[in-house]
Amino acid sequence: MNRRLLINKTVMVLATGAALIGLAVLFWILGVLLFKGVSSIDWAVLTHDLVNKGLRNVLIGQFVLAGVATLIGVPLGMLAGIYLREYGVNSRFASLIRNLSDVMMSAPSIVIGVFIYGLLVVPHGSYFGWAGAVALGIMMIPIVVSTTDSMLSLVPQELREAGIALGASKAQVITTIVVKAAKVGLITGILLAFARIVGETAPLLFTSANNDYFTLNMNQQFPSLTVSIYQLATFPDQRSIDLAWAGSVILTFLVLFINITTRYIFRQRKIK
Amino acid sequence: MTLAMDTKDFYFTYAGAPAPTLKGINMPIYANKVTALIGPSGCGKSTLLRAWNRIHDVYPGNKYEGEVLLYDEQGGSENILNYTKEDELIKLRQRVGMIFQKPTPFPMSIYDNIAYGLRLAGIKNRSELDERVEKALKGAAIWNEVKDRLKESAMGLSGGQQQRLCIARAVALKPEVLLFDEPTSALDPISTGAIEELISELRSEVTIAIVTHNMQQASRISDYTAFMYLGDLIEFDKTEKIFVNPKEKLTEDYITGRFG
Repeated sequence: MNRRLLINKTVMVLATGAALIGLAVLFWILGVLLFKGVSSIDWAVLTHDLVNKGLRNVLIGQFVLAGVATLIGVPLGMLAGIYLREYGVNSRFASLIRNLSDVMMSAPSIVIGVFIYGLLVVPHGSYFGWAGAVALGIMMIPIVVSTTDSMLSLVPQELREAGIALGASKAQVITTIVVKAAKVGLITGILLAFARIVGETAPLLFTSANNDYFTLNMNQQFPSLTVSIYQLATFPDQRSIDLAWAGSVILTFLVLFINITTRYIFRQRKIK
Repeated sequence: MTLAMDTKDFYFTYAGAPAPTLKGINMPIYANKVTALIGPSGCGKSTLLRAWNRIHDVYPGNKYEGEVLLYDEQGGSENILNYTKEDELIKLRQRVGMIFQKPTPFPMSIYDNIAYGLRLAGIKNRSELDERVEKALKGAAIWNEVKDRLKESAMGLSGGQQQRLCIARAVALKPEVLLFDEPTSALDPISTGAIEELISELRSEVTIAIVTHNMQQASRISDYTAFMYLGDLIEFDKTEKIFVNPKEKLTEDYITGRFG
């Protein structure tokens, strides 16, 4: 066979093989999760707190932590993204911030946990919910910065000029036209960032830790599903291990659900 | 003949550029006439048009020199290059509107698109808004096509309709001058015809300057034509003079298609 064709074939086989291996691992994980987890999910899991061998309080706790983190991370991230794209565009300072933000996106999440431990937990004297939410919020900022930045860059420059040409100020153009034009992309970015942090364990381990009981008081240790999975999996009794599996299934499918819906919304919008 | 604007010894330099893009432009814009700017790509015609409402200021670092006078109805004039505050520029853009090459409908309803500039200008009264929106849409010859779907998104209109919507949006503010930056180059011939007709009709209310690549278009719709080349204004005169009997050899060569 001719050498060019041979290379062509080889590359194709290697690429397809790699894709298949990747997909196989993914479905393996999902399969094991479903196999081990679904049988452990029953009403008791959803109606009892961790202290009574259920996951109710930690599920709610995880979403409260992620929700508060969103309230912290999204406004900061979006404003920073707006600054980068609309005000700083080509300035040195803006590109420095953009690079730093990209670096922060790949910062190990445990490092962010340690940082918050030193910053908030030590002065406070104990683990508490706010610390966990802030740690997750910090993780969220660079993700939101980067999606805001890139979504705003997709808004045609003519639209900004058209707003200015009608007598709008720069701030009015941004708030009433640019953000509106990028709305779907921005929401997508927020949802994906949320999905990204809602499954985090490391930033919570020694910031908000965990709580066996139901609470909404963020000044004390706060229930967390991910930290519970980590702890339950190391317990000797079967019920705890089953609970860890159940928690993993619930978490995985919630994240999957958020991701898929988000992608769906985004695609619908694009088609239109 | 009354002047709407007058450009005197005008130089424009883009941010970071070593030399000016426009080199000493002198030309009048007469009130209630259509003035066309023609010339090969890169001659500076869009740059000049975009200076007339200071839209260049969206990007920092550009340099204007010389005078661009904007006349009011009493015959008084102001040099728009002296404006520095944001509200002076906002006023300027309400007086000198602009239509772009690509239609730029905002992501909102047809009604809100037209009302956008009006609301910015401080008109809050519902019935006055309704009236001005209807009048603007009629003025831009698009009312019959959209009157039953004012609440629908403007993004659903065809390209030609979007461009007429943008004209309506600009007309709604009752500007004194309207600048068109190649308004039909992204449109099909039928939409182009509609826009050209509209421009001819608008001339009774507003002074128009239009950049075009299409020489037939310039000869069809304009009263005056300016021919530009490499940042210089080569010739400015009545359109029939430019097209039939130009003074400059360069103009004649361009008009007859010998270069460009």
